[in-house]
Amino acid sequence: MAAVTHDQLQEHHHGPTGLMRWLTTTNHKDIGTMYMIFSFIMFLSGGVMALTIRTELFQPGLQVVEPEFFNQLTTMHGLVMVFGAIMPAFVGFANWMIPLMIGASDMAFARMNNWSFWLLPPAALLLLGSFFVPGGASAAGWTLYAPLSVQMGMGMDMAIFAIHIMGVSSIMGAINIVVTVLNMRAPGMTLMKMPLFCWTWLITAYLLIAVMPVLAGAVTMILTDRHFGTSFFNAAGGGDPVMYQHIFWFFGHPEVYIMILPAFGIVSQIIPAFARKPLFGYASMVYATASIAILSFVVWAHHMFATGMPAAGQLFFMYATMLIAVPTGVKVFNWVATMWRGSMTFETPMLWATGFIFVFTIGGFTGLICAIAPIDIQVQDTYYVVAHFHYVLVAGSLFALFAGAYYWLPKWTGRMPSESLGKLHFWCSMVFFNITFFPMHFLGLAGMPRRIPDYALQFADFNAMATIGAFGFGLSQLIFIAVVVKCARGSGERAAARAWEGAEGLEWTVPSPAPHHTFEEAPVVK
Amino acid sequence: MERVSRITGALLAVGLSCPAFAQDAPARYNLQAPVTGVAEQIHDMHTLMLLICLVIFIGVFSVMFWAVLRHRKSRGAVAANFHENTAVEIAWTVIPILILLGMAWPATRTVIEMKDTSNPDITVKATGYQWKWGYDYLQGEGEGIRFLSSLSTPREQIEGGAPKGEAYLLEVDRPLVVPVGKKVRVLLTANDVIHSWWVPAFGVKQDAIPGFIRDTWFRADKEGVYRGNCAELCGRDHGFMPIEVHVLSAEKYTEWVQQQAAAAGAEQVSLAPQSPAL
Repeated sequence: MAAVTHDQLQEHHHGPTGLMRWLTTTNHKDIGTMYMIFSFIMFLSGGVMALTIRTELFQPGLQVVEPEFFNQLTTMHGLVMVFGAIMPAFVGFANWMIPLMIGASDMAFARMNNWSFWLLPPAALLLLGSFFVPGGASAAGWTLYAPLSVQMGMGMDMAIFAIHIMGVSSIMGAINIVVTVLNMRAPGMTLMKMPLFCWTWLITAYLLIAVMPVLAGAVTMILTDRHFGTSFFNAAGGGDPVMYQHIFWFFGHPEVYIMILPAFGIVSQIIPAFARKPLFGYASMVYATASIAILSFVVWAHHMFATGMPAAGQLFFMYATMLIAVPTGVKVFNWVATMWRGSMTFETPMLWATGFIFVFTIGGFTGLICAIAPIDIQVQDTYYVVAHFHYVLVAGSLFALFAGAYYWLPKWTGRMPSESLGKLHFWCSMVFFNITFFPMHFLGLAGMPRRIPDYALQFADFNAMATIGAFGFGLSQLIFIAVVVKCARGSGERAAARAWEGAEGLEWTVPSPAPHHTFEEAPVVK
Repeated sequence: MERVSRITGALLAVGLSCPAFAQDAPARYNLQAPVTGVAEQIHDMHTLMLLICLVIFIGVFSVMFWAVLRHRKSRGAVAANFHENTAVEIAWTVIPILILLGMAWPATRTVIEMKDTSNPDITVKATGYQWKWGYDYLQGEGEGIRFLSSLSTPREQIEGGAPKGEAYLLEVDRPLVVPVGKKVRVLLTANDVIHSWWVPAFGVKQDAIPGFIRDTWFRADKEGVYRGNCAELCGRDHGFMPIEVHVLSAEKYTEWVQQQAAAAGAEQVSLAPQSPAL
């Protein structure tokens, strides 16, 4: 294999060094690294907001923050985690791994890649900076429902512009991924031989291209309603507040799958590697991913059962939503079948992946329960829903991101991540995650609404428990920093090219750490 | 799973010395005790769904954890090499569809029943304001009564200056009053932003949308005091605009209507139940 030439091993970059190297880089690995560092910083910022929220909710009564600031925190926690942490983290993984997995030398549009990353820091500054302007940050919830969002101060405008910029970044990133996957695969790598992570990202990229403009349209209409006298969402001027929700959720539901499909991809790489057995039902995994993506466009109004749509509308959206359980179930069954009669070991990445299946499935089941329109009318806008989407977004997307990070850290840094720290990180996260979010199911069922800074007394014990869990969970994430810093500083066991015994795929044929340039001559896949 | 959580919850409650609720203990682990037919159906449907999900969950994860424990390299397991099986794959696609059909059937019946707001005995309009509710009795016994209903929990309790009362944050100055066993249609709208009128024990949650009228209904089978919250983020005091409904016997309700009429100087308040619908 001529993937790596002598010159590349010498790590010759013919470009600027220092800060300018990072500002001007067009290398997919550098850009991937920057995406991941950025998303981790945003993850910590969003985490601090979450902990402030939980501190206020530790006991009934108002102790720490005022209701207005509380609403700003819930809003910004959502926006920062969705647009700043989870989405860019997956784009970072895509940048690093897709070219390595398909045997391409870089992403198709290397300069656009640089631009799509460097749009993010200004967007983040706008978003986080909005806390410090008169009136503070947007407090309309991350869904920015009109007409409440029309009432906000200039923090709202900053959030809208931040969403515009992040949307542009996402669309460029998505186009880049589609073009790379479709055109730059190594000879012999047919689509149906492609690693599942590339498949899930290809489908995710189409979702992004389809729905990010819809979100941009929705928030632009809010902007013009706010400042230019349009009445898109104002009944007095002929508009309709509920139309905003339709447009938002037409974006918002596919967005949910944008944040989970790449996670499915990562887990589908890891389970076979540590079960030492090929992925069960590869083709059905691809079809299941595509079905989920297609169905995601026709279920949006299940977020709106309480708005009062006709019975026919409720029934349609209920049935369509329930159908999503089928391909999602297929995925879980496939993972379990992959593990069945394997020869498994449980290094840190496999622990995270197994933990992912377990807790994500709980989120899947509560999703099915929420799909039932009459039950949803009871639990909509309660802590039950908060529990549900944290089970799929934290235990789903975030756990898969950690699984992937531990799996590929040897490829990124050339060092094996510390097993003891990694396992500690996993078990602490798993335990504290459940202490935090499991009681929220009970809170929601018993009738605690979400987005409230103070609550009735019967909710006190579970809220206290959730707060304790949240601090444990937050502190556990610092272990991850220690793991990564250790690897990045070059301490720890050196990683072989194939860092894990059972790992398959082109990324394991290049040395660890992956040299600056790889696959300048395409490998041939048989 | 629920039992385990119940135990941990109880232990935690003791540990944190939470106030005890003597009579009518509010729900803690499950949906609130239903007092309407619809809420009853929702309650039963949720229990059924939970059990089905629990059975599937236990099934799937016994297989997974069996594999996790047995099919380990450290126990000398040698990896098999199978990676597809059409029959199995068809089975685990078709069987879930059948289970879903079984779940959809009762849900469909309830959806249709929830949507049937025809032939009400009493119609009340509820208007969401930032941050209180307004009620207008539009039709039926009590027609013409109108009032605003806002949080009555004193500020000191919220800020920790006074001990918190039993109905902390769930009490209002003027509750909505309705008779037991009568179909009450609630028309909803809002004055400023979207609010949501939610009484868990009735199985009713309907957004109040400014500029539009939506409707929902309930028929409470049991007298008592039922409490709920605004369920749609509506700004600063979203957490402080509860809903309190008093369900009274027919006689007591008539008495209440007469009191209101007397208080309002007997103007325009019709005492006799009216037949014509809106």
